[in-house]
Amino acid sequence: MPLAAGCRARPGKAGDNKTGSWRVFKPIFDHGKCSKCGMCATLCPEGCVKETEEGTFEPDYQFCKGCGLCAKECPKNAISMIQEEK
Amino acid sequence: MAETTGSCKACELFESGHRACGGCGAALAARLVTKAAGTNTIVVSSTGCMEVFSTPYPETAWKVPWIHSLFENAAAVASGIDAALRKQGRGEKVLIMAGDGATFDIGMISISGAFERGHDFTYVCYDNEAYMNTGIQRSGATPYDASTTTSPAGSCSFGNKRPKKDMPQILAAHGAPYVATASIAYPTDLMQKVEKAINTKGPCYIQLHAPCCTGWGFEGEQTVAIAKLAIETGLWVNYEMVDGVVTKAKKVVRKPVEEYLKTQKRFRHLFKPQRQDAEIAAIQAIADRNAAKYGIDIKLPPKKEQTS
Amino acid sequence: MMEMIEGSHAVAGAVRNCRPQVVSAYPITPQTHIVEALADMVANCQLDAEYITVENELSALSACVGASAAGSRAYSATTSQGLALMFEVCFNAAGMRLPIIMSIANRAMGAPLSIWNDQQDSMSLRDAGWLQFYAEDNQEAADLHYIAYKVAENPAVQLPAFVCFDGFILSHTYEPVDMLTQEQADDFLPRFAPAERLDAADPISFGMYATPEYYLEFRHDMDAALKHARHLIAEAGKEFGQKFGRDYSAMVEEYRLDDAETAIVAIGSICGTIKDAIDEMRSAGKKVGLLRIRVFRPFPSEDIAKALAKVKRVVVLDKNISLGNKGATALEVRDALYGSTIPVSGFVLGLGGRDVRKRNIKEIVDLSEKGEGQLFYGLRKELI
Repeated sequence: MPLAAGCRARPGKAGDNKTGSWRVFKPIFDHGKCSKCGMCATLCPEGCVKETEEGTFEPDYQFCKGCGLCAKECPKNAISMIQEEK
Repeated sequence: MAETTGSCKACELFESGHRACGGCGAALAARLVTKAAGTNTIVVSSTGCMEVFSTPYPETAWKVPWIHSLFENAAAVASGIDAALRKQGRGEKVLIMAGDGATFDIGMISISGAFERGHDFTYVCYDNEAYMNTGIQRSGATPYDASTTTSPAGSCSFGNKRPKKDMPQILAAHGAPYVATASIAYPTDLMQKVEKAINTKGPCYIQLHAPCCTGWGFEGEQTVAIAKLAIETGLWVNYEMVDGVVTKAKKVVRKPVEEYLKTQKRFRHLFKPQRQDAEIAAIQAIADRNAAKYGIDIKLPPKKEQTS
Repeated sequence: MMEMIEGSHAVAGAVRNCRPQVVSAYPITPQTHIVEALADMVANCQLDAEYITVENELSALSACVGASAAGSRAYSATTSQGLALMFEVCFNAAGMRLPIIMSIANRAMGAPLSIWNDQQDSMSLRDAGWLQFYAEDNQEAADLHYIAYKVAENPAVQLPAFVCFDGFILSHTYEPVDMLTQEQADDFLPRFAPAERLDAADPISFGMYATPEYYLEFRHDMDAALKHARHLIAEAGKEFGQKFGRDYSAMVEEYRLDDAETAIVAIGSICGTIKDAIDEMRSAGKKVGLLRIRVFRPFPSEDIAKALAKVKRVVVLDKNISLGNKGATALEVRDALYGSTIPVSGFVLGLGGRDVRKRNIKEIVDLSEKGEGQLFYGLRKELI
């Protein structure tokens, strides 16, 4: 595909880069403990924690880098980090 | 032409797939600031971590119009955009996102000129307290005694010898109508300040504390906790200035600076191989001065006298 | 409309007619009169532009980068030290494919500090990817701005351009100039309407970074666009000629070159002096001609090779020197003539504003006919 003159791009291709492959630890969200505060979604540096239909939250594992911020900051300790099996 | 104004809390204007380190404070800053600014925004980035991890051709994480020119000229580029929008009668807001190196050091000339001329934009400096993208070198924002590769701690040095340059005051002195400090530790406060700045006419400045796990030496999950500790120890003060006068500062029950310093490898030399009491005291004095200057100490009621 | 006008003001008048929306200005001799004139026009509602008094030249061009990316026609002017200060922004603007026009009132580079004319400043930026036009007189200094905007903004080019004219010699002298009216200018130069701009309605990221897999091709594309510009110059120059009587379609100008034995190659206002010297030498029986280069980037190699094919010798005059080697024009002309056996000699002269007279041109032709000469012409022997 020919280059865009001036090294420019429209949004959309960042999503091609599946940063989930970077992960060593994986967050597991316990919806039972979730108070739906949304802190995890707010604080995720990837912006990949999304609200479910029930109002709880789930990470998009295609992009989750496993940094653990959500687990650390969840006021209900509803997120645990487990070592990912490859 | 988009006419929407105002923040967009439901928007993700900074896409996943960017290449920031896991737990990156600056990435979180990019997300929260763009949410607060909304879709009717043109972002100007300087060279730095945020620019690099978000735009390797052809992948861009920015869902708002965005431009990167050089390291030192974001404020000048923004000045030109401001002029162009005014001439064309367009309503987009101009938002600069630049690191501390680009802002405190190499960008001083262009930021001073732009603020002096009174252009209409919001300048957000994401302050991770060093030149991170080039591998952690000291900047004018590096705190006293922090170890960086160009101010390393060693047998003859305790690290960075100078305190942080007071950029907020400098820009308030330029006549900026609104200046604020904020932190990724308090996202709601951060977003409110960004929204306020966006909607204030003239050159506004927000200095945003964005701890860097890679550069400061801590685990990515601690980013928010450490940002909170910075505020709780008084080494970072969240405040607002309107027309050069401090109107609000976040009050805390202060913790000793040691609780903040010991969490980061960049201050490890203050504790190992031995405790450097004089240096820790000097840093405590900085926090105490901040506390006095901004009145951040919550005065607890005196303890009742014990009858023996 | 004919006016007896100072060069800087002729340029300012042409720039006004080009309807820039954003002008960024920083003073530096000998360009200052241009930005002062533009400021005056803005203050008297004769130019509807945002005028930014920037704090240095780096910011001057940076502001143009922002304005152009946002979809506004942008303009600035500088010279010498100022141009050098915006060195990295020049590469940046070209790489970002922004059709900014900048007038350069050519001046020597310090140190030593000199405010006087030579062409070292713009020549030193010939690598940057900007088109380079050089005016012989104030008429061209004015006219070339229209050509520059039209060519630069063409979607097939999208590159910035320098319009160069010799500082003091042209900028500060009064000449009769046929100034276009606003109507005439509007008839020639359409509004700036880039296909892509910073716009919330269609978000685009400008100025991303390129890894080794992409960088080479970006540079190739710039080179291709710059070289392709010769066709747009021919088109625009021809249209200008048809409408206003002065044709700018050629990148070089031949003066009495047809049967010349000696060809002088030169750039800028010195060519006026050379033409007068040639007329006198011709009267005395010498067959001398001039090949004036009006567009230096893209470099008109083919035009030069074609024009000089039949001469006996070529003398290239440079008001610049790549220190440690030779003058830029001499090196590039030699390259254009590669494979030919025609001897090419080069002289560096006029640096730092040293006057070049008709008798100097004649002496240079004599020296070249004898196969004599030295790199620097006119050295004061007592000083070295």
